[in-house]
Amino acid sequence: MTNLAKRKKAELRFRFYGIFSVFLSLLFVAILIFNICSSGIGGFYKTIFLTSIHFDQKLLNLEDNASEEQIRNASFRKLIKNSFDESFKDYSKDEIKQIKKLFYRKIDIELKNFLINNPEFLNKTTKVELTASTHIDQIHKGNFDRTVQEKHRKVNNFQLEIYDKFVEDQKVKKVWNSTYFTSGDSRDPEAAGVASSVKGSVFTILICFLLSFPIAIFASIYLQEFAKAGKITDLIEININNLAAVPSIIFGLLGLGILLNFFGLPRSTALVGGIVLSFMTLPTIIVACRSSLRAVPPSIREAALALGATKNQVVFHHVLPLAMPGTLTGTIIGLARAIGETAPLLMIGMVAFIMDIPSNPLEPAVGMPAQIYLWSESSERGFIEKTSSAIILLLMFLIVVNFVSVYFRKKYEKKW
Amino acid sequence: MKKLLLLIFISSLFTSVQARESISIVGSSTVFPYSTIGAERFSEAGNKAPTVEPTGTGGGMKLFCGGIGENYPDITNASRPMKAKEAKLCLENGVTDVIEVILGNDGLTFSNSVNAERLSLKKEHIFLAMAAEVPVDGAIVKNPFSKWSEIDSSYPSYEIEVLVAPPTSGTRDAFDGLVMEEGCKRSGYIEIKGDDEGCTAYREDGRTIEMGENDTLIVQKLAEDPERFGYFGYSFLSANQDKIQGSIIDGVEPTMETIQSYEYPNARPLFFYIKKSHIGVIPGIKEYASLMISEEAIGEDGYLTEYGLAPMTEGLTDITIDSVENLVAMDLEKCANKDHPLKNEQGFGSACK
Repeated sequence: MTNLAKRKKAELRFRFYGIFSVFLSLLFVAILIFNICSSGIGGFYKTIFLTSIHFDQKLLNLEDNASEEQIRNASFRKLIKNSFDESFKDYSKDEIKQIKKLFYRKIDIELKNFLINNPEFLNKTTKVELTASTHIDQIHKGNFDRTVQEKHRKVNNFQLEIYDKFVEDQKVKKVWNSTYFTSGDSRDPEAAGVASSVKGSVFTILICFLLSFPIAIFASIYLQEFAKAGKITDLIEININNLAAVPSIIFGLLGLGILLNFFGLPRSTALVGGIVLSFMTLPTIIVACRSSLRAVPPSIREAALALGATKNQVVFHHVLPLAMPGTLTGTIIGLARAIGETAPLLMIGMVAFIMDIPSNPLEPAVGMPAQIYLWSESSERGFIEKTSSAIILLLMFLIVVNFVSVYFRKKYEKKW
Repeated sequence: MKKLLLLIFISSLFTSVQARESISIVGSSTVFPYSTIGAERFSEAGNKAPTVEPTGTGGGMKLFCGGIGENYPDITNASRPMKAKEAKLCLENGVTDVIEVILGNDGLTFSNSVNAERLSLKKEHIFLAMAAEVPVDGAIVKNPFSKWSEIDSSYPSYEIEVLVAPPTSGTRDAFDGLVMEEGCKRSGYIEIKGDDEGCTAYREDGRTIEMGENDTLIVQKLAEDPERFGYFGYSFLSANQDKIQGSIIDGVEPTMETIQSYEYPNARPLFFYIKKSHIGVIPGIKEYASLMISEEAIGEDGYLTEYGLAPMTEGLTDITIDSVENLVAMDLEKCANKDHPLKNEQGFGSACK
């Protein structure tokens, strides 16, 4: 009797440990997500000043109905200077200079783009959304404590006063930051975006997939279906499993030594990145593919053979299609891991400041995780939220990928 | 379709790759922000945007001196002058003409939270706080100090805790050279021990904490605990003045002016090196270099100055501009023999060690 009570208690205890463990891991995930979201959501928004601008064609040196080309070549600096001088008539030259610093330094480009998209406003006055400087942006979002001493602030008391006046007049707004998704890296937090790194990641993963998937399929089909079981096959199998556990930085060194130094492929390109990551994903896919091939019941092979199919036909018409869902799941998981990799990219120069959005895999590129790393190193306050925003994007992408792989498995999985 | 793509891909592996059109820059992570600001302005002026890679000073030199041709970088940034063995490597690989450009000055700050007392430290005291072994009463012993007040009664009784950069970092090299070795000399360690071995060995009892090359993280950690200290370049202090303050070293406060005049004892020059034979092959190298040292960049209100780079003295600026305009290469042979041609009034001609 006492024995039974003891055993029941043990079971209760075990249940408690289990619930506790589940709770703890959920808690960690929740803390991580809360922490990143609370600091990162702001990165998707930017602060703007609603400013009334008169697009004077004389100041812009433009004719009526100026073409897009002409607007592109016009200088907007005079217009800006004039608008500021007019709007802040009561202030001294030096004060106007300080007010200008509340705005992003490239508002002339913003005005230009506005006029290119809305040429009907030439010679008319309209309200334009002009990006605020990153210091104002951080104060407006409450990320920067404005009560600290003036000398410890990037924004002085006079500038704060003007900013408060703008707020009072409801000229300051927080809007969706679309440049974050369309522009490449920049030193200015106002202009920095993820487009170049997203595209870099896409190229890298594409190359990684195109290389590793077919090679892995052929290798596993041969090993599983054709190769004779023996010492050599065993040795190969053990080594593939070992390869799957090799730290990723080693593959980076391999890429540096062979692809860059021996073959002379260009540094910092998605091509090299993709090849290096495919070294890494190859064993993962082989392992997944082989186990799915193994799970196909022998009766299917025997039935096909009995009907006179060759071994090749058996494999490609019957076994491989049945093993595909499992293989694809393994591939997606392998690629998802490759997307998040930074260490090998470090060795082949894919952790770099790259402004231009790459148009092909032979142009310099960075990956998403490398971009996150670079931003986290920047001293400007504005990059802290950019970093978290990029992490949110990467996490969202990984979650989507995982859902897709679960969906495929559920949809095509066969029960025997 | 997939087969076709694969074919194209494999053939692209073996055909020679198209000529590089953008400048490739590697090197110091301290110079990285300045270099990227310059790169951005350079591309705004209508040029192809350079690629800037933070590899660290040593890693950059290794890549830079690896050889001549498109696969090797055109420019390397450095937070210290080239070393003799790096000059040798360059010469061995045929990189014979290298232009040395001084970009400006950086000050290594020793900082803590603004919520704590601002300290006025002496280098020997920083050495006593951080070294593994220190001289006490004429003998070398394992570091016994646990509070700043034990080193000198004028300091507050803060627990000693210093966040340090990893050994691969150029900032650590500079800190060891400027503070630890100097403090070691002053503390009398060398006289007792007979040599300077162990001057740059940090204590390992948890009072110096290695943080990795992430200065943003160090700033965060300093803000959390007012008794902690950490060291990093002036640009980080200048960007985070609401959170941290730089200690006064040997009686001088780190400011733009004291760093520029080298009154601040932890001022150091920042460099970049240009491969002369790449000029004209890769477009824009000379233009980029001119832009980096233009009045607009490193002048009084320049964009690099605004970010925290202390400008050079006028005399030095003239020498630098001259070396870029006339493409004056440094004497690598001499450098390899530890005899650096660059000497100036501020005395950092002790390069090429």
